[in-house]
Amino acid sequence: MVMVPKIKLTIDGKATEIAKGKTILQAANSIGINIPTLCHDPRLEPFAGCRVCMVEIERGNTNALITSCNTEATDGMTIRTNSEKVLKTRKMVLELILSDHPKDCMTCEKCGSCKLQDLAYEYNVRESRFFEQPDGGVVNDRNPVIQKDTSKCILCGRCVRICAEIQQDYAIDFKNRGFDTETGTPFGKSLLDTTCVLCGQCVSTCPVGSLVEKQAVGKGREWEFKQVKTTCAYCGVGCTMYLNVTGNQVVKVTSKVGTIPNDGNLCIKGRFGYDFIHHPDRLKQPLVKKNGKFEEATWDEALNLIATKFREIKAKHGPEHIGVFSSSRCTNEENYLAMKFTRAVIGTNNVDQCART
Amino acid sequence: MSFGSGSMTNSISEIKDCKLIFLIGGNPTEAHPIVGLEMKKALRKGCTFVVADPRRIWFAQHAKLYLPVRPGSDNWLLNAMAHVIISEGLENKEFIKTRTEGYEEFKAFVKDITTEKASEYTGIPAEDIRQAAGLYATSEKSAIFYTLGITEHTCGTDNVRTIANLALLTGHIGKHSTGVNPIRGQNNVQGATDMGCLPDRMHGYQYLSDSAVVDKFEKAWGVKLSRTQGATSPTMFERMSKGQFKGLYVIGEDPVMSEPNQNYTINGLNNLDFLVVQDIFMSETAKYADVVLPAASFAEKDGTFTNTERRVQRVRKAINPIGNSKPDWQIICELSNLMGYKMDFPSPKEIWDEIASLAPMFAGINYARIEHNGIQWPCPDTKHPGTKFLHEGKFTRGPGKFFVLPYRAPAESADKDYPLILSTGRTLYHYNAGTMTRRSAGSTYKTNDCFVEIHQVDASELGIFDGETVKIATRRGEITARAEVSDKVKKGVIWIPMHFVESAVNKLTKDAYDNITQTAEYKVCGAKLEKII
Repeated sequence: MVMVPKIKLTIDGKATEIAKGKTILQAANSIGINIPTLCHDPRLEPFAGCRVCMVEIERGNTNALITSCNTEATDGMTIRTNSEKVLKTRKMVLELILSDHPKDCMTCEKCGSCKLQDLAYEYNVRESRFFEQPDGGVVNDRNPVIQKDTSKCILCGRCVRICAEIQQDYAIDFKNRGFDTETGTPFGKSLLDTTCVLCGQCVSTCPVGSLVEKQAVGKGREWEFKQVKTTCAYCGVGCTMYLNVTGNQVVKVTSKVGTIPNDGNLCIKGRFGYDFIHHPDRLKQPLVKKNGKFEEATWDEALNLIATKFREIKAKHGPEHIGVFSSSRCTNEENYLAMKFTRAVIGTNNVDQCART
Repeated sequence: MSFGSGSMTNSISEIKDCKLIFLIGGNPTEAHPIVGLEMKKALRKGCTFVVADPRRIWFAQHAKLYLPVRPGSDNWLLNAMAHVIISEGLENKEFIKTRTEGYEEFKAFVKDITTEKASEYTGIPAEDIRQAAGLYATSEKSAIFYTLGITEHTCGTDNVRTIANLALLTGHIGKHSTGVNPIRGQNNVQGATDMGCLPDRMHGYQYLSDSAVVDKFEKAWGVKLSRTQGATSPTMFERMSKGQFKGLYVIGEDPVMSEPNQNYTINGLNNLDFLVVQDIFMSETAKYADVVLPAASFAEKDGTFTNTERRVQRVRKAINPIGNSKPDWQIICELSNLMGYKMDFPSPKEIWDEIASLAPMFAGINYARIEHNGIQWPCPDTKHPGTKFLHEGKFTRGPGKFFVLPYRAPAESADKDYPLILSTGRTLYHYNAGTMTRRSAGSTYKTNDCFVEIHQVDASELGIFDGETVKIATRRGEITARAEVSDKVKKGVIWIPMHFVESAVNKLTKDAYDNITQTAEYKVCGAKLEKII
């Protein structure tokens, strides 16, 4: 192993040691000091776009304000994350962001899980001294899974960067200048006509209500959902994800940075491919074929028929005339029971699964 | 096999630190998107990619070297790479001496497998094969990744062993970010084999041929067990087609869509006296059943899945079963009780405890330990942290074994009547038989019809334009699909995804199987394409 040299610095009066090459933000987080961020996502390169992670660095008589997310911690630094100067600046930065952001939290999908809302509350920013009105609004398009509200975008660039750095699909970028700046596709094309693969990584990293899961719109806010940690049922990577549930319905799928093995990343199937769960085609009752047609039956009728038939075949032809196919759709526990059933109950080793196909 | 156990030798988290990735017969950005992201991370960090595939997939476009290999000729490519490594003195002599056996025979065998000969079979320039071998052998951290493009052949096992030969030759195994990694295609396909849904072994890869194993299970389960090896699914279908098989219980599989040669599969199912299908939808297979049982989906049950890196992870119940459906484990228990064998597990947790008590490799895993993060088997006791990569220091089987494997042609390839090679696979937007994703808005928005990829030169010879519906036929059947004309797929090859029931590509594929694993040859058969007038 290559030994990375350590450096020493002081943050809010606390002395700490950290590996060289880490940022001030990482150093602060490592000792439990929280610095607010909007444009920062630990999976992405530092961007320093939102400016709310500003901290004060002592430099003799001329203290300077610097962004902590992209400044490397160096030996002997003295940092203050909550000085009056820092708090005042942070508040002004929030005012600037809010000058171009609608104040419609009461109807916003992101209410309760919006990072901007949290910061505005924390720093008590009720009004912005700046006068610009946010323009744009919800984009009405045929995209079935991603809803975009251009008025809510705070230009943190997380969607643009996750698309470029992690997905490497380069489907969206910044457009225009000044207050007209927005994120979008070339020539305003539909995402369908770009390199977008509908992974929804942009939705998952958006800190505000600008990009949301369209299928979950109007179904509730985050605090109303029960989040159930589970493992994706599609490919063999086994991504960790959270089913957001209200009543007896899975409303959306979310992910968290730091989970194994996917670190909060999901693909289109994992993030948006859950709607089959509530599809009207789901089988809801056992079916028994009578005269070539399926008829609904009770569990008792169906299971008794199976038990009788398997016993008959076993008695007449022997257990080796019966087989069981289990599959990857089943859990380990279910696969184990399927093979135990085949061996201990039917009395044969004719058990196989879908690995060959 | 070559090393002694079949699974990824490295973990997903090690991918980003690879210095060279040799990707053969796999398309991670579509079939395993999150593994694809880790590889993209490696790419950003300067990892060299060597990609062998008949299709110009995403990583082929970003590779240092792209080898457009003709389907079914991987053996030539891999053996010729071994030839180059030995003839240029790039082999790891120390590793070969201390950790392998069978090297001399192997060396003598590959002596004649020159890059020029390999070039004729594979369609790859000889110089590129030489360069690929050099890059692979000399990189500090080389990892090979492969998936079904390697295994879904009549010579699938041979292919896997030929890949292993390269790792043994160079010592690129058993280290961080260095190894041989098959990526499993389906969520719990690793778990299904781990749990002993195999005709010759119990869970934890404990063979029935070992009478001590059977004795152990007879004692634990309190029942006399058959010691005769069972039949694999292809063998069961063969017996069905001859009317020598009477009852089948299918749980969560859709063989009509996923087995090769659909007519043969349907014919087999029709010959059964009694078919039970347990699924969440009326699958194509369920239509032939006598009884269909409604199962609960993954969101409606507790349990565990094991991912491709051997990590046992929790699945948690989020909602109650839809309608009158029940989780598979509960159905099996009830059926078993009815048939006179008591299975009274209150929940999947107790089932797992029985699993762990009967297989040493899972002995250290329990629900409390995997509450937050999964654990990678083997994990022999509750203090063991799990196993990140296999074969460090020594192989499961002792010394790693070189196999001498001459080329075997596919069961059927292109010929005069069927001049194109048909290969099949998966796409990003859909999953296998499409039962789930065809009912999902996002996926169907992106793709909702079957397509056939064809090279522009082949298309122009046949007078076929991009987007037109064409007929594809093999000796077993025919389907129609939309033509996607480009230079993505190699000339002489066509490629069709497997998800679309209305154009089921397995009407076309051949029921020919690997001699050892009995995996079907989905990746090569002869086909022809016709314009519909």
